Amino acid sequence: MKRGIFTLEQTRNWGGGLWMLRLVGDASGITAPGQFVNIELPGKFLRRPISVHEWWEEGLELLVKEAGEGTRNLIHMPVGTKLDILTGLGNGFDVQAAKGKHAVLVGGGIGIAPLYGLARCMEEAGVGIRAIVVGFASEEQARILYTGDWVIMGYRVLVATEDGSLGTKGLVTDVLEKMLPDCHYVMACGPAPMLKAVCDLPQITGGQFSFEARMACGFGACVGCSIPTKNGPRRVCKDGPVFRKEEIVW
Amino acid sequence: MVDLSVSLAGVWLKNPIIPASGTFGYGREFAELYDLDILGSFSWKGTTAEARPGNPQPRIAETPSGMLNAVGLQNPGVDAVIAEEVPNLCKIFHGPVIANVGGFSLEEYAENCRKLSSCEQVAILEVNISCPNVHMGGTNFGSAPESAAAVTRAVKAVTNKPVFMKLSPNVTDITAIAKSCADAGADGLCLINTLLGMRIDLKTRRPVLANRTGGLSGPAVFPVALRMVWDVYEAVKLPIIGCGGVCSARDAAEMMLAGAAAVEVGAANLRNPYACKEMIEDLPAVCTELGVSKISDLTGGAHHEK
Repeated sequence: MKRGIFTLEQTRNWGGGLWMLRLVGDASGITAPGQFVNIELPGKFLRRPISVHEWWEEGLELLVKEAGEGTRNLIHMPVGTKLDILTGLGNGFDVQAAKGKHAVLVGGGIGIAPLYGLARCMEEAGVGIRAIVVGFASEEQARILYTGDWVIMGYRVLVATEDGSLGTKGLVTDVLEKMLPDCHYVMACGPAPMLKAVCDLPQITGGQFSFEARMACGFGACVGCSIPTKNGPRRVCKDGPVFRKEEIVW
Repeated sequence: MVDLSVSLAGVWLKNPIIPASGTFGYGREFAELYDLDILGSFSWKGTTAEARPGNPQPRIAETPSGMLNAVGLQNPGVDAVIAEEVPNLCKIFHGPVIANVGGFSLEEYAENCRKLSSCEQVAILEVNISCPNVHMGGTNFGSAPESAAAVTRAVKAVTNKPVFMKLSPNVTDITAIAKSCADAGADGLCLINTLLGMRIDLKTRRPVLANRTGGLSGPAVFPVALRMVWDVYEAVKLPIIGCGGVCSARDAAEMMLAGAAAVEVGAANLRNPYACKEMIEDLPAVCTELGVSKISDLTGGAHHEK
């Protein structure tokens, strides 16, 4: 973990209450995709934990969903605002553990945010990606969240929408069952019901799942975000947010 | 050169800043961030006889100028703490440790304290009779003078280490509980634990916390804690650890002027992991501003007219 002052360089409204924030500062604390940052906001006692979308040495990008007053204040901050941020929090995705597993990346809604950095890190480490499966409520949400970059980069991208307006009608589990029946290993981020449904598919024998929880500190001190696992209580912020299938208790 | 050292029932601390129980684990997370040896002491996570997983999620809610928690005394149990945390603690911190002890019966309090008394590094037993997030048929040892005294006596009977009783603010008259603990032989008092509170989610129209209620901490509770330290200082002659909403060296000085011999810092650590370090660095300048060369001279200073 590193604490640093970041400068807000750009905010872009993606629509649907989603904003992309680009921040400049020392991001060397980030060591794995799927880690998160915790942002101090004026007038709020607790920091706001936000998943890292992409990062490089001198900056990072966060996909922020307007969820309440705190995130609303954050997305409307003027460019140039200085923010006190804890970076490199949590255990992210273990890219090496996916070696030789022909992993499928699975994202639901805003949960696709960390998959960008994850795909890049897997590419850099020479760890193969079988396909990327993304699920959305509708084509409208898909158009907002999914930029199409992955197709250009040559990945097989499969989309599911609940209303059938784009790709397969249904959930990411429908895509995995129908179109990738021999996929056994996933790296997933999204709402808890989606994670559980994917993890429970009989075909899935292993994988890594990124969890969310209400947090206070974000660095393991308060144990406010602990969840039961097969290895006893584990902190989403410090032992997670990414957990292996073998240790998860739903 | 300002002398920051203070004494708590004969235990010497190099400065009065103590991370509060439940916000500092057993030190591991903060040892990754700074040298813990700058601290006067620290109060570890409330430890019970058995391992406890704590309450279901969610356990955290934000409030104006503070937060609610309903962690519910999650801890690995006293034997695991002695086997795994105490040996690690010797490596990361070399000062006196305050062992925060929880319990669900007089026997459990006594047994936990007896076991922890054998740990050399444990300098003070801080007996938590005030956790608002665990329930025992609706009662709580810290909410009545008689039961608070009973725990004090049970613990004092099994240890030679100083015993500080950690008091609840969720009572009609905290001085009655304080006096009762003093009469039963407590060596000191720590106050306050969190204030019982709750939030409701307007979308779901249900309590935010799975436990429904939680303990309020953070700057919102500072004036309440300060007032209670003031009242207890007037009521009993025991050293007091002031705790509740302290976020700066100036807050710590204020708490000492109200009567605290030392100060615990809780929720501030969760917002700013370097809060205690920064407070310790700021304390000499605050003392100089207040015209004291020994910080211990601040204790109770506000009770006397100049």
